[in-house]
Parts: sequence; C-alpha cells; structure tokens
Amino acid sequence: MAAIELRGLTKVYPGGVKALDSLDLNIPDGEFFALLGPSGCGKTTLLRTIAGLETATGGAVVIGDRDVTGIQPGARDIAMVFQDYALFPHMDVTDNIAYPLRIKKVAKAERQRKAAAVGARLGLELLMDRRPGQLSGGQQQRVALARVMATQAQAFLFDEPLSNLDARLRLEARTFLKKLQRELGVTTVFVTHDQAEALAMADRMAVMEAGHIRQIGTPAEVFQRPANTFVASFIGSTPMNLLDAVVRSDTLEVAGCKVPVPASAEGLLVDGEKIVYGVRPEYMSYTAEPADGSLSGDVVIVENLGASHLVTLEVADVLVQAVVPEGREPELGEQGFAVPRRDRALAYRDGELVSA
Amino acid sequence: MTRFVAGRIGFYTLIAVLLAFFTIPLLWLATAPFTSDPTYEVRVPDFTFENFQMIIDHPYALWSLVNSLVLSIGTALLVVVLSALAAYALSRVRLPGRDALLYALLLLSSIITGTAAMVPLFQLAIELNLIDSHTGLILILSGGLLPAAIFMIKDFMDSTPKSYEESARVFGASPLQIVAHVVVPLVRPGLATIAVWTVANVWGNFLMPYLLLSDVEKQPAAVIMYTLYTEGGQANLKVLSTFGLLYSIPVVLMYLFVSKKYGFRFHGGIKR
Repeated sequence: MAAIELRGLTKVYPGGVKALDSLDLNIPDGEFFALLGPSGCGKTTLLRTIAGLETATGGAVVIGDRDVTGIQPGARDIAMVFQDYALFPHMDVTDNIAYPLRIKKVAKAERQRKAAAVGARLGLELLMDRRPGQLSGGQQQRVALARVMATQAQAFLFDEPLSNLDARLRLEARTFLKKLQRELGVTTVFVTHDQAEALAMADRMAVMEAGHIRQIGTPAEVFQRPANTFVASFIGSTPMNLLDAVVRSDTLEVAGCKVPVPASAEGLLVDGEKIVYGVRPEYMSYTAEPADGSLSGDVVIVENLGASHLVTLEVADVLVQAVVPEGREPELGEQGFAVPRRDRALAYRDGELVSA
Repeated sequence: MTRFVAGRIGFYTLIAVLLAFFTIPLLWLATAPFTSDPTYEVRVPDFTFENFQMIIDHPYALWSLVNSLVLSIGTALLVVVLSALAAYALSRVRLPGRDALLYALLLLSSIITGTAAMVPLFQLAIELNLIDSHTGLILILSGGLLPAAIFMIKDFMDSTPKSYEESARVFGASPLQIVAHVVVPLVRPGLATIAVWTVANVWGNFLMPYLLLSDVEKQPAAVIMYTLYTEGGQANLKVLSTFGLLYSIPVVLMYLFVSKKYGFRFHGGIKR
C-alpha cells in the first residue's frame, strides 16, 4: 500500500485547453479519496494522469516513495476500474480476473486458484464460467473489482464506479464498496460527479472546478463549511441559500430582514460591506410565528422530500429555502419565518469563506 | 380473395422461375462430371468416374489446384496480418487527413483494376524479377486487395472500446500483448470475413496469374481451366465439368467452415 502525492500537476491538451492547473494533493496510505466535480472539471483527466493513461504536461505524480511521472501505466503498480468496467467480452469471469496475473506470467494453475479465491470473496463462485455479457450490471462491477484485487496493487483508481448501475443498486453498491475498501485498506481514489456519492463513501474529498481544486476536506468539513460559493452550491442534495447581504454593525441585512452575523465570521466583517450570506435549508428552522433574526416571506412552493419537506419562501423577491420535518409543512401562500442556525450560517466575501 | 390467391400463385411462380435460372447451372455442375458423354443439357448421370480419371492423368490439373491453394492461402495470410496491423494503427492514431487517405486508397484500388494496371504491373514484375514466382504474384494480389481489407477491418477496430485496451495497459500489457489478447479476439469475425473474401478473390482471379506466370507448372486452376480444350479447339465438357466441380469444392467447404465457426459479418460491433 502506498500514499499518492501530486506536486504542481498540470495537464494541457493540444489546442491549449488547460485540464489541470498546477494541482497539489496528498492522499495518505489507505485513504478512500473522492474527486468530485461537474462534468468537464478535469476530475477524470486527473485520475487518468495518476494512472499514466495521460501524460502530465508539468509537475509530478508520486506513488509511495517513487516518482512515477514518466513511467508507463503498467509499471506504476496501480489498478483501475473503468466506468464501463472494461471486462473482456471474449473471456469468462475466471480469465478476466486472472488477466493481470497472466501479464505477470503467473502459472496457469496458480492464477486460476487466485482468481477463484478473489471471486469467492466477492460472491462470484457460481459465475466463474460465465462471459461478461451473461452478467448483470452489479455482477460485472464485482468482477471488475475482483480483477483489480487480484493485482494486489499499491493503489486503486475507480472512474465513476457507480454510474453504470441503476438507482436502487447504486445505494447497495455504495455501502458494499465502502466496506470492501475498509477491509482491504488499499489507497483508493475514485471519481464521481454525484456529491451524495462522494459524501457517503469518501474519507476525504477534493471538489474540482475547471482544472482547479476548490476545496479538500472530509465530507463533514466540505458539507458544513464550504470554502467558497462554488463548493457551497455544488454540495448538498438541496442547494444552499446564497443571499446577497450588507453588514450593519452586528447584524446582516438580507432581503430586507435582519439576521445575526454568522458565528464563524464574528469580528471579521466590516460595517457596510457587501457579502454573500449562506445557509443550508437543513440548518433553517421554520416557524409560522414571528421570530427574531428570521427571514420572513410567503410560502410559494412545498416540495416533498419523503421524511421532510423543502419549503420555498419568497422574501422580498428573493427565494429562500428551508427544510421542514414531516407533519409541520405549511400551506401555500401563508406567511412563514425561517430562522437560520447562527453556528451553521456562513459569510462569503468575493466568493471565498470568511473565517478565522 | 381470389385476387389474393392469384397474386400468391404469380409470386411463387416468378420465384420458381428465378430459382430455376440459378439452379440449372449448378445441377449441371453436379451431374455432368458423372456422365460419360456430357452436353450442355442437365441429364441423369450414369455415374462413371472416367472423367475424374482423365483429370488425374492430366499433367497439370491437380497441381494447379495445389497452386491455387498456395496462392490464395498465402495472399489471405498476408492480407489479414497487414490489414489488421494497418487498420489498428489507423483506428487508434489520429492523423490529419486519415479518412481522406483511406477513401482515396479505396477509390483508386477499385478504379484501377487488373485490366487498367496490367501493363505497368507486368513491367514492375519484370524489373523486380518477380515474373513466374508465386511470391511475386502473392505480393501483387495482396496489394490490390489491401485497401478494401483495411477499410473493412478498420470499422471493426473502431467499434472496440478504447477502455478494453487501456485496462490491459494499466495491468501492464505491452502493445503486442494488447493486440494479441484483446484486439484480435474481438475482431475475429472481421478477420475471418477478410480471409474468406481474399481466398475467394484470389481463387477466381484469372488475369493476374495468366499474366505473371508463364510456367504451366506454377499456374493456378483458374488459368489451367482455360486450357481444357479438345484437339479440335472445342471445350472439352468431360474434363471441364469435372475440373469445375473439383475447383468449386474447396471454396464451398471454406464458406461452410468459416460461417459455422465465426459467422460472417461485414461491420464492426461487439457481441458481448
């Protein structure tokens, strides 16, 4: 097992598109790390550059204590699961799992024994003679995982590991993957565009935008304290409220209402400056009674989220959302008050988080 | 209703006539070799084998079939190997003007057919000392067939996902291992199709061997058949029909074998 380190990694495609712009990243040994971002942000390019399928224009990739920047993918001691799993359609499951061992010239009996052992661990015993075309999506994924496990590589790279599964299976696979990674303890980097997937599985994650890393942190850090408005709006199943605000000594004026300065920004704001006030709908409590430091407006939309509701208030032409537990949802058109949690509210100056 | 029935009867009658048109020559080919005095009619044979004896006694007939096999299998091997490598490279490497090049080659190779290229090819063969040599003929025939073969195989190569090769690459496979373990198995139906198409082409090619092989012992069946005349200059139907039958059997067997083993496909796409 090995740590992965990127130093000033840059990738410029012919034609001048800068896919990766001088990235620095440290992934400690054994960590389950997510690369998250919208499509085209460079996360897959980054993964492929770590794998060696793309050559870096500048900077270095270090795996363990070896600089592998100029080394062929096959010599980097890594294994990769592709988005479409890339199982060879003309080989049965055993041969697919044993393929990396075949390349390493392991004797046939030995590699079949190993393939059987890894296959059994992932519950593939009864499928070993099948071709990939005869397997379900979930089974194909497990074969692809078995194949990388058979390599006993220093690090695993997964490209969108769950995107080819249907929604139901995806949740199961998520739990399964996380458990497997924990048991194997192999440094694993995966790419996803689904923030829920990254939050659920990763030990730590990097949020990327246009070739830059916008934030690195644990899922809790990234969710609770997004470092900038891009991360704030990208993370979370309901988007964060990002409202223009003006500082008025110890309060903020937001859409004509007065709310207290966020705890994290206390003493850091200048009177009269314009900032963006951010608070997640989950961190708003809704009430029908007038309350101090609340945003008040008319209920315009109520969306059912299952065990809770997402209520949208129109506060002086600005839309503000709050999550309301089931049974307490308001009627359309009534006046409501959303009280932000002061310890969870955030202030952004020029798009960056204001904090000590 | 009656109109419908009449229509059906008319349709099937037409089909039957069309079928008869194609069946009769084949029936003739199947019966005439076993008839002691064949004419152009299809007749119930009297099951004689003396015609076959005549072929066996013929100084060049059987050898010419061996020559045909050597030429067609040699060309097929060369065309399959070269077109697979060329198509793989063309499919994977982005070259400016790649498609234009392919279309130009295809177009030129179909415009400049045997007859048009006859004289220059003959001169080229003389200059290169490749007259009267199977190797020379195989090279020239391969050259003519390669553009179309590359074009067909490239389609198969294009439709194999890149991730298969990248996956093998990350596991440490060398480029030749990737081709052998991953690419060739995936395009095998295409390679089989190309091989059969090449064999059939060479097997039936008259002009090139006639032009480039003057030694009778080296000539293939298609050329020898042209010499099977009686002393009076009449087509010798006894020998001709028998030889024709022997000439067609290998090709039919090959079609059956390949079709059973791989199935013919003229386009790419992976059966998972």
